[in-house]
Amino acid sequence: MSNDNNPEVKKDTSMLKQKEMIAGNYEKLTNAKELGLKTSSTFVPGNLNELTRCFDIVNNLPEINALGNAMRKQSGAMISDAEKMGHSEDVCTYVKADIGMMAKGNIAPNGKPMPNPDMLLLSYTGCYTFLKWFELLREQYKCPTVMLHVPYQGDGKGQITQSMRDYVVKQIKEEVIPTMEQVSGVKFDIDKLRELMRNSAKAEDNLVWVLQSAKKKPSPIDGYFGAVYYIGPIFSAFRGTTDAVEFYDLLRGEIQERTDKGLGPVTPDGEMGKEKYRLVTEGPPNWTNFREFWKMFYDEGAVCVASSYSKVGGVYDYDGFRHDPENPIESLAEYCLGCYTNRNLPERTKMMADYIEDYEADGLLINSIKSCNSFAAGELLMLREVENLTGKPGAFIETDLVDPRYFSPANVKNRLESYFQMIEQKRQAA
Amino acid sequence: MSVKEIIDRCEEIFEDLNFTYAREWKVAEDGRKVVGYMPVYVPNEIIHAAGMLPIGILGGGDAMEVIHGDAYYQSYICRIPRSTVELGIMKNLDFVDGMLFPSICDVIRNLSGVWKLLFPEVYARYFDTPQNFRSDIGGEFYKNDLQELREGLEKLGGREITDDDLRNSIQVYNENRDWVRKVYQFRSDQPWKVPASEVYLLMRAGEILTPEDHTQMMKDYLAAVENEERRMKDNCRVVLNGSFCEQPPLGLVKSIELAGCYVVDDDYMMINRMITEDIPTDGDPLLNLSEAFLKHSLDLASKFEPSEEKKGKFIVELVRARGAEGVIFSAPSFCDPALLDQPMLAHVLDDANIPYISFQYAENSGQMQPIREQAGTFADSIKLWSAA
Ligand code: SF4
Ligand code: SF4
Repeated sequence: MSNDNNPEVKKDTSMLKQKEMIAGNYEKLTNAKELGLKTSSTFVPGNLNELTRCFDIVNNLPEINALGNAMRKQSGAMISDAEKMGHSEDVCTYVKADIGMMAKGNIAPNGKPMPNPDMLLLSYTGCYTFLKWFELLREQYKCPTVMLHVPYQGDGKGQITQSMRDYVVKQIKEEVIPTMEQVSGVKFDIDKLRELMRNSAKAEDNLVWVLQSAKKKPSPIDGYFGAVYYIGPIFSAFRGTTDAVEFYDLLRGEIQERTDKGLGPVTPDGEMGKEKYRLVTEGPPNWTNFREFWKMFYDEGAVCVASSYSKVGGVYDYDGFRHDPENPIESLAEYCLGCYTNRNLPERTKMMADYIEDYEADGLLINSIKSCNSFAAGELLMLREVENLTGKPGAFIETDLVDPRYFSPANVKNRLESYFQMIEQKRQAA
Repeated sequence: MSVKEIIDRCEEIFEDLNFTYAREWKVAEDGRKVVGYMPVYVPNEIIHAAGMLPIGILGGGDAMEVIHGDAYYQSYICRIPRSTVELGIMKNLDFVDGMLFPSICDVIRNLSGVWKLLFPEVYARYFDTPQNFRSDIGGEFYKNDLQELREGLEKLGGREITDDDLRNSIQVYNENRDWVRKVYQFRSDQPWKVPASEVYLLMRAGEILTPEDHTQMMKDYLAAVENEERRMKDNCRVVLNGSFCEQPPLGLVKSIELAGCYVVDDDYMMINRMITEDIPTDGDPLLNLSEAFLKHSLDLASKFEPSEEKKGKFIVELVRARGAEGVIFSAPSFCDPALLDQPMLAHVLDDANIPYISFQYAENSGQMQPIREQAGTFADSIKLWSAA
């Protein structure tokens, strides 16, 4: 997701708009006390942004703070602070970056300290570490903490059972909403929720259009690195807002223009050269060396046409989910249940193979994250299965999200170069 | 039977990665099925009620060489999934008809998918437990979950699992848990008589034996150990925490004791201790199983603690109840649940002035010397501290 260090160079109108939105949210967060606003922290997957907004609660997303700090090269020091405080070297670095940030006074990108959250919304979707993370935060903030347990789609086949749905709905109705009412002093208004969800669906339509524009050749977007910026508003604090609707309208217009002109993606160094390789990627990107990492792709003419990471805060393209204002709570439950990492490995594998077919990609590249068992455990098998299913070669690289110690540029570059060679050989053999 | 005979038998079962006992049980009667489960907790009662043998799959230990498993797991993931995959690929588990993967962490969770992809002919189920502990919310969900498991096993076994079957199995496991509690209590009362490694092996055997056989074994053991002449040592009393999933090598279990610590409680084998009270045998059995988990189950890193005041307090209560003098955090490397929980438990211990140390291991750790030294220094410091 985006921040000040926006990966793109040319400032499109949409980009300026996103910058404004993000800055505005940090202003609201850091001035919450003066503005008389309540704040809540939550996670990207399974976030209930429309609901939070019904109570005028401002959303803070620690994952986004962590990645922002990594892009600003500050996460390394934060992680080492957390380790000095007794956290193991072996655990998820997002958590440590957040704990380290807290120890350094929780300074937002605008230079002002963030207030302690008034509540923690533990949307327990697709990752077990979330549970420990917010227990650790609760220990410090001692604020109301509401658990929203979203059952894993363990048996897959795209199946969300009625029991799972009912369980999540009941928790939203009987645990989440009452806590939000209590914290904010605002009474729940379902019509307001419907209105926000109408906005969500509009923005989601446009997001999907943008992501699927990568089916064109050349692709007008990068669906992994570039997508970080496209998913920003909808995966963070803005889903449901008119700002997000406007943003995605603008964005769609801009991409339409690029498509009409037959242009490829914009990169931090300007227009990308000729599209030579089309890749599907699995796993989050690395944030500490984001530009350097991306450059290794576009320098070689490699564009990522689809990615699992761009589905982490909601899968809108694969099976057409939209927030539904007619059944708002049920649809929030459905949304949480459907996030990418809440789907089981066989389904994730099939999804990657389908993307390779649908986007006419050359193969699957996995960026395996040291920190993140939720994505990484099982990825080696996924690679093999996708190769078997598609007959296309895959590649595997290893980095970390926000720990600079685990980004080894030479290794990554080598792996990528030999992968591109492999694709060439495969083409020649065909 | 003598203590030695019983423990030798346990050790034989522990070392047997071919699971001969379970294989023999399976072929002894037509149509028998075996269901494996990963740590930490599944309701064994339902498997037992289906007429099947539940067995715990706890990785490969330090005796097994992992050759294929490493191709499935990156170096920064704990060992248990890779050695478990190795067991699967090497056909050590080819007699296992079903596998259950409890909701404990993302690694085990994703392993359920790995199993579905690698062994499509095996009934593989991700088994969820609720993180909401209200009967009308988490309880409703969990009851449905238990019903789905029941139906899955009915299909696998080709026969109905009646409420009476379930009630009968609940009774069998109530008795089993009762004897597990007795063993732990006995060790806490006279730890010099019951070494940690013996309790460990005895409980590990419970992951393979039928509950009836295991209960009998515990009875025999306690009867035999009463009469054993074992010298009381000047050891300190510790509670061990963090080893609930990937298991340490037996050498490590022994090392802690050799270093001068009596382990008076631990979390090695959670399955037979997770439920802390007898489960009622009348009424709706699935409701009873569900309520037991919601209301009477142990705290664990992978379970949400809804109350900030209560978070981690169980460890202090356990230390007090067992008359322990310190805590040893002993967790597998790369284990997010255990390692992220640890700082919170440590804070609670700090507040209660209870000393602790921590180290990490892998199931195939070879070098015990550093751990023995660390535990030894800890034991000495506790003794000095209590003498002061
Ligand atoms: S384990 Fe992965 S999904 Fe979970 S908090 Fe860490 S980075 Fe995020
Ligand atoms: S050892 Fe820890 S991280 Fe590994 S599977 Fe077990 S609980 Fe998960």
